[in-house]
Amino acid sequence: MDVLYTPRIDDPDGFYAELLDAHEGLSEVQSHALNARLVLLLSNVVGDRDVLREALALAQKAGGPAD
Amino acid sequence: MVDVRYETAFTLYPYKRSMDQDVDVPVRHPVVIVGGGPVGMGMALDLGQKGVPCVVLDDHDGVGVGSRAICFAKRTLEICDRLGAGDPMVDLGVVWNVGKVFREQRQIYDFNLLPEEGHKRPAFINLQQPYFEKFLVERIRVAQAEGAPIDIRGRNAILNIESQADHVVLGVDSPEGAYTIEADYLIACDGARSPVRGMLGHDFTGRVFEDNFLICDVKMKAEFPTERWFWFDPPFNPGQSVLLHKQPDDIWRIDFQLGWDIDREAVVQPEYYLPKVQAMLGEGVEFEPEWVSVYTFQCMSMDQYRYGPVFFAGDSAHQVSPFGARGCNGGMQDVDNLAWKLAAVYHGEADSRLLETYHEERKKGAEENILNSSRTTDFMTPKTPIAKLFRESVLDLVEHTDAMRPLVNSGRLSLPCVYDGSSLNGPDDDRMPVRTRVGATLVDAPINGGWLIDQLGGEFKILAVNCDIQIEGLQVVSLDADPTLCERYLGSVAQAVYLIRPDQIIAARWEKADATDVIAALQVAKGG
Repeated sequence: MDVLYTPRIDDPDGFYAELLDAHEGLSEVQSHALNARLVLLLSNVVGDRDVLREALALAQKAGGPAD
Repeated sequence: MVDVRYETAFTLYPYKRSMDQDVDVPVRHPVVIVGGGPVGMGMALDLGQKGVPCVVLDDHDGVGVGSRAICFAKRTLEICDRLGAGDPMVDLGVVWNVGKVFREQRQIYDFNLLPEEGHKRPAFINLQQPYFEKFLVERIRVAQAEGAPIDIRGRNAILNIESQADHVVLGVDSPEGAYTIEADYLIACDGARSPVRGMLGHDFTGRVFEDNFLICDVKMKAEFPTERWFWFDPPFNPGQSVLLHKQPDDIWRIDFQLGWDIDREAVVQPEYYLPKVQAMLGEGVEFEPEWVSVYTFQCMSMDQYRYGPVFFAGDSAHQVSPFGARGCNGGMQDVDNLAWKLAAVYHGEADSRLLETYHEERKKGAEENILNSSRTTDFMTPKTPIAKLFRESVLDLVEHTDAMRPLVNSGRLSLPCVYDGSSLNGPDDDRMPVRTRVGATLVDAPINGGWLIDQLGGEFKILAVNCDIQIEGLQVVSLDADPTLCERYLGSVAQAVYLIRPDQIIAARWEKADATDVIAALQVAKGG
């Protein structure tokens, strides 16, 4: 499951800046909606159900208290 | 009288009366530099060693107290090597490779910036700014003894400036009263609050980040490892970040993020910061405060870095927030860029058009530095709830997957700008390595028991790899390629000719070149 555990984003600082720029001026509800659309689009890019399932599990786990 | 604005750590150039103070007609100098900080002194040293007479006016007589800039990047050390001042800096400076990132009380990851093999200088050193400046001045003294025409005037402050088309007239104050001098060129290296910029009425605009940082330099003997430690939201500074790293003489730099609404007077009082430092270092750890200061992050720039005969270099032209080591390091690249151009014009080797490319190239460098600093600051001080949510999510994830590590931004390594698209650039060949493309800084490599970086720079030179070339008036460094040189200079070609500028920037490169090609590129690199 390398895609979940190794860095793959080209120009990470540039990407992060663009991500935040996309949220510039949005209300909280609008930001939630943008994030939801983004999750759906990127899920389609991933495609592989096993990867998506593990990504879901990882995101859930990371939100909890760290061990 | 000349106001004393700050305490000095070392008195290096006490006031002495100049002959310019005893003449009726103001003396005209080729170059006057205002400000005796690292950029001003670096500029004087570079120009003086190139035979350009210059006067440095500093309103103090030595180096100010307080470590201020502490991280000197590899490129700065290479520039100082070219100027003959690198060795004492690297001998005293602290080299570190390991960084640790903490969140609350736990370490979330560590990294090792193991430098690439085959470079004379490390990626960076930590050294207090007063030492850096002192070593530059000591090198100036050596250069002066060898005949370099550098005149440092302590406790000489600018009163007024009149900028003409081809020279400036300066009113100068001294402990013995005011006098007037003139200069063909003025270089303002007088810092972020630049009096020269103010007197000439130029704007300084950009972004102020709504945050303040408290810098504490403390002396302690405790056995902390020589590593950079960065905390998000630690118990000793809840909701904010903290950075700890080491300098020479058992001095440790601690940066406490404070937030926006603070009492700037109160936070520099011992009763505020001593308990904070103690809580961070642990009960019972003995330390003494050395220097404390509070500052607001800002990224500012002038529109133009040259107005007629007046150039702006270092913080007077552009200011960046720290945590990226791009302030003083950026300023030293201004020195590197301007000194050879001014020297070439002064000696009649280039048309004054060449001077226009100082703004072109260094504005690009400053914009890159401001972009990187702004991104780091935005990560450390998220400006909206959603930005904070993403930042916290990155930190949540990074404990579970290395994939998120590149997104954690607590400061990026300071690298020199590549002058892609510069009007001084000559022919390139894309079969050769990207890192040594035209506009990039020379990449060091070990050669014959020494270093490539020491063989090139100072003047235009040729680097010939696996071939030979003779060009009248140009020194040629001819080398047989070992695997390192192949990887850094040849790529998929078997031989190469590189034209290297005096500031060690690659001006042109070819697989095969004859004298006509090189001379044409040389002309372009000198401004046409």
